[in-house]
Amino acid sequence: MFAKRHVISMREFSREEIDSVLDLAESLEPYARGGRCEALRGNILALLFFEPSTRTRLSFETAMMRLGGKTLSLGPAEGSAMAKGESLADTIRVIGAYADALVIRHPKEGSARLASEFSPVPVLNAGDGAGHHPTQTLLDLYTIRKESRLDDLKIALVGDLKYGRTVHSLAYALALYGAEITLVSPPTLEMPDRIKADLAGNGTIVRETHALDDVLREVDVLYITRIQKERFPDPYEYQKVAKSYRIGADSLEGARDRLIIMHPLPRVDEIAPEVDGTHHAVYFRQSFYGVPVRMALLKMLIGDRLE
Amino acid sequence: MNDGEMKLRVTPIGNGTVIDHIPAGQALNVLKILGIDRTTEATISVLMNVASRRSGRKDIVKVEDRELREEEVNRISLIAPGATINIIRDRKVVEKRTVDMPDQIVGVLRCPNPSCISNTNEPIRSQLLVKSKNPVILRCVYCEQTIAEKIADYLI
Repeated sequence: MFAKRHVISMREFSREEIDSVLDLAESLEPYARGGRCEALRGNILALLFFEPSTRTRLSFETAMMRLGGKTLSLGPAEGSAMAKGESLADTIRVIGAYADALVIRHPKEGSARLASEFSPVPVLNAGDGAGHHPTQTLLDLYTIRKESRLDDLKIALVGDLKYGRTVHSLAYALALYGAEITLVSPPTLEMPDRIKADLAGNGTIVRETHALDDVLREVDVLYITRIQKERFPDPYEYQKVAKSYRIGADSLEGARDRLIIMHPLPRVDEIAPEVDGTHHAVYFRQSFYGVPVRMALLKMLIGDRLE
Repeated sequence: MNDGEMKLRVTPIGNGTVIDHIPAGQALNVLKILGIDRTTEATISVLMNVASRRSGRKDIVKVEDRELREEEVNRISLIAPGATINIIRDRKVVEKRTVDMPDQIVGVLRCPNPSCISNTNEPIRSQLLVKSKNPVILRCVYCEQTIAEKIADYLI
C-alpha cells in the first residue's frame, strides 16, 4: 500500500496511503509512549534544519529514538554557514551518505523535492519555506481520526487561510475523505480562489464565512491557526481581527459536546488558557501524535527497505 | 497583399524550417525559445503582423539551413499552440507538422515564485508539468506554483 521512497508533498498521497500511515502510527503509539522497540536499531536519521524549529525537530528526534535508532543533526547556525558556501544539492549528497534517511527543513520552497533528487536515501520534508509540511498534515489527520472521526466530518478551518499553507494541504487531504469544510477568516486572509476551486472541483462542500460564532455550534472540529501581526499594515485592524477569532470558555457555550479544538502550535492568544482544561482541547495531544505518525513514516521509509 | 508582393519581401528559403501561424507579436519570443540570439550565424527572417486568412494577423519565422528537432518544435507550443512547422529541402516542403505540447517543460521557463529553490544557483534545471494544454496551465515540479498567464515573461 505504501511504496513511497520520499515524503515531500501531501499532493502525492492517496487516501489508501494516508490510511496505511495512520494505521501503522496507531500500532506504534504504545512505543511512542515509551514501550521498548528496536525496529530501527543501528539506523541513523540526519536532521537538517536550515531554519529554526523546536517542535518538529524534537518530535522527529524522539520518533527515531523511540524506534531504537540514532540521530545526528545540523543546527540552523551550521546550516546557514553551509548554505553560504555549498549548494544544497552537494550538502544532501554528502550527508545522505552518512545516514539512512534525511529530514529537511529549509527556507526555500521546493527544497525538499530538490533534496529527494540528489539524496541516496529517503527524504522527509519537515517544511520548505511557505511550502509543504506533510508530516504536520498527517498528524492532524491522525488526531482527527483518533479524537473525532474522518468520515462525515464537519470541520471549520479558522484564521489565516491565505498564507498558512499547512491549512491548504490539510484541506486537500480532508477532501479525500469527503469532509464538509467551513472556511473562517478575515476578508483579507481568505483561502486563495485556486485552492477553493480545486476543492469544489473534487466535489467537496466548502462554505466561507467571516464570523466564527455562526459555525461553532455546527462542527465536529475547530482547527485554529495563528493570525500573524505582520499580515496587517494597521495594528488596530489586527487587534480587532485577533479578538474576534479568540476562543474563550464563553465562546464554547452551545458547541457540540464532542467538538474538538485543534491548533498546530505555538499559539499566541488564539485560545485562552481557560480552554485547556476542557474536554474540547486536544492541541497538546495533537502535538504528541506527531511522534507516532513520524515513527510510522520512518519505519515505512527506512525499515521496509531493510527487510 | 497578394502573393507577388509577399515574394518581394522575403524570398523562399532553400533549406531549413519555416514556422508559420505564430500569433502576431510572438515571433521574437519564438526565437528566444529556440535559443536563437544575436550570436547565431544562420540566416533568419522574421515577418511580423502579416495578413492571415485564418487569424487576421500572424508572424512567420524562417530559419535557414536548420531543421528543428521535435522537442524544439514542441516548446513553441507554449506561446504559439496553433503554429505549423514546415521543413524545407531543396525549396520543397518535405514535412509539415503542427506543434504538440509536451507533458513536461524543462529548462525553458523559470518558476515565477521568487522563493522557489529552482531560482537559486542549485545544479538543477527548471521543470514544469503541463497541467492543462488549453488554456495553458503549468505547475512547478519543485514548489508546485502554477503559471497560467504571461507565460512568455518567464522565458529563460
